[in-house]
Amino acid sequence: MNKNFIQEEILRSSGVNPKKCMKCGKCSATCPAYDEMEYHPHQFVSMVESGDIEPLLSSESLYKCLSCFACIDRCPRGVQPAKLVEAVRLAVIRQQDKNHLTANDIPKLLDDETPQQLIVSAFRKYTK
Amino acid sequence: MRVSYFPGCTLKNKARDLDEYARKSAEVLGITLEEIPDWQCCGGVFTTAKNEVATKLSSVRALKYAAAKEQPLVSVCSACHNVIKQTNHAIKTDADFAKKVNNYMAEETPYAGETQVYHYLEMLRDLVGFDALKEKVVNALSGKKIAAYYGCLLLRPNSVMQMDDPENPQIMENFIKAIGATPVVYAMRNECCGGYISMESPDLASKKSNAVVENAKAAGAEMIITACPLCKYNLIKNGADIPVVYFTQALAEALGVKEDTNE
Ligand code: SF4
Ligand code: SF4
Repeated sequence: MNKNFIQEEILRSSGVNPKKCMKCGKCSATCPAYDEMEYHPHQFVSMVESGDIEPLLSSESLYKCLSCFACIDRCPRGVQPAKLVEAVRLAVIRQQDKNHLTANDIPKLLDDETPQQLIVSAFRKYTK
Repeated sequence: MRVSYFPGCTLKNKARDLDEYARKSAEVLGITLEEIPDWQCCGGVFTTAKNEVATKLSSVRALKYAAAKEQPLVSVCSACHNVIKQTNHAIKTDADFAKKVNNYMAEETPYAGETQVYHYLEMLRDLVGFDALKEKVVNALSGKKIAAYYGCLLLRPNSVMQMDDPENPQIMENFIKAIGATPVVYAMRNECCGGYISMESPDLASKKSNAVVENAKAAGAEMIITACPLCKYNLIKNGADIPVVYFTQALAEALGVKEDTNE
């Protein structure tokens, strides 16, 4: 994929303006998945802004975000970093054969109490 | 009063208690939950991308149904409520998205976001009133120290959900007071349990869930209540050693339509 095209697509589908970021780091400080992420919410913002998107596309960080929206509510500049994480993830999983989770993976991940909500949520986030 | 009711897939399966006690309690409070016929799963989480349309249509169908009946739309699962409310907001505020949605549903009348979307807790606060609820209590849970667990989905994003102050919410604590119990306030009540990450990173979910339970216990909680089946699952699966129950179970007990809240 063309680099500028991906950047534009991510900006458009997320509706985020990364230029509003004042680099305070509050989004990453509040992120419950911080320890598991290679790239943190504030890095998604700065890397998308600079067009350095390639490393994000292949990073497991895309699948560590919990969609808790804490970074959205607690950013003092209204940047909404989670929307960028989602837009980058969609740019990946919308490609052919790039689903992060398939129906075949599911049975071994279930137990007797697994709520349906868990299965549909994981599918919605990881699969196209 | 009659309202349109969206139960959601989990309430028909693993979270039957959440559904059953919501219905029974509503009847006592003078509200009939009219289940939307042929509702479809909300998808569990809202996709924030503006160009994601098809997966949001199940919410739109429910919203349209309620609009045609001129009823508020009520759900009790935090996730369903979050997805439906965010979808409704997107229709109201994003003309391009609204156009695409209505193009998909070409044969039907256009929908512009007119339905009022309530979580069951908001229904108790705004349509019933906590004072009126209190008057119907026959079995006050006196002395019980209950910690409200909000998690993420009820409160965030606040610009859309508008349920309460997202960093210092009161609605569940006021609910706990109305049923005669004592609310326990603790710092982690609006932090994430790990959500769907328990599917592939159980260790992360375990860390997040444990932090919530330990924090609630340290504040003196004897019981945790939640509106979210996934929160409940994560907290229990990761070893909560105090009861974690749906708020509707505590409600039904207080209203005398359930025997005892222990599991
Ligand atoms: S939405 Fe994702 S990136 Fe933002 S704080 Fe939550 S887990 Fe972190
Ligand atoms: S909280 Fe907002 S302003 Fe601060 S670094 Fe994150 S995105 Fe930028």
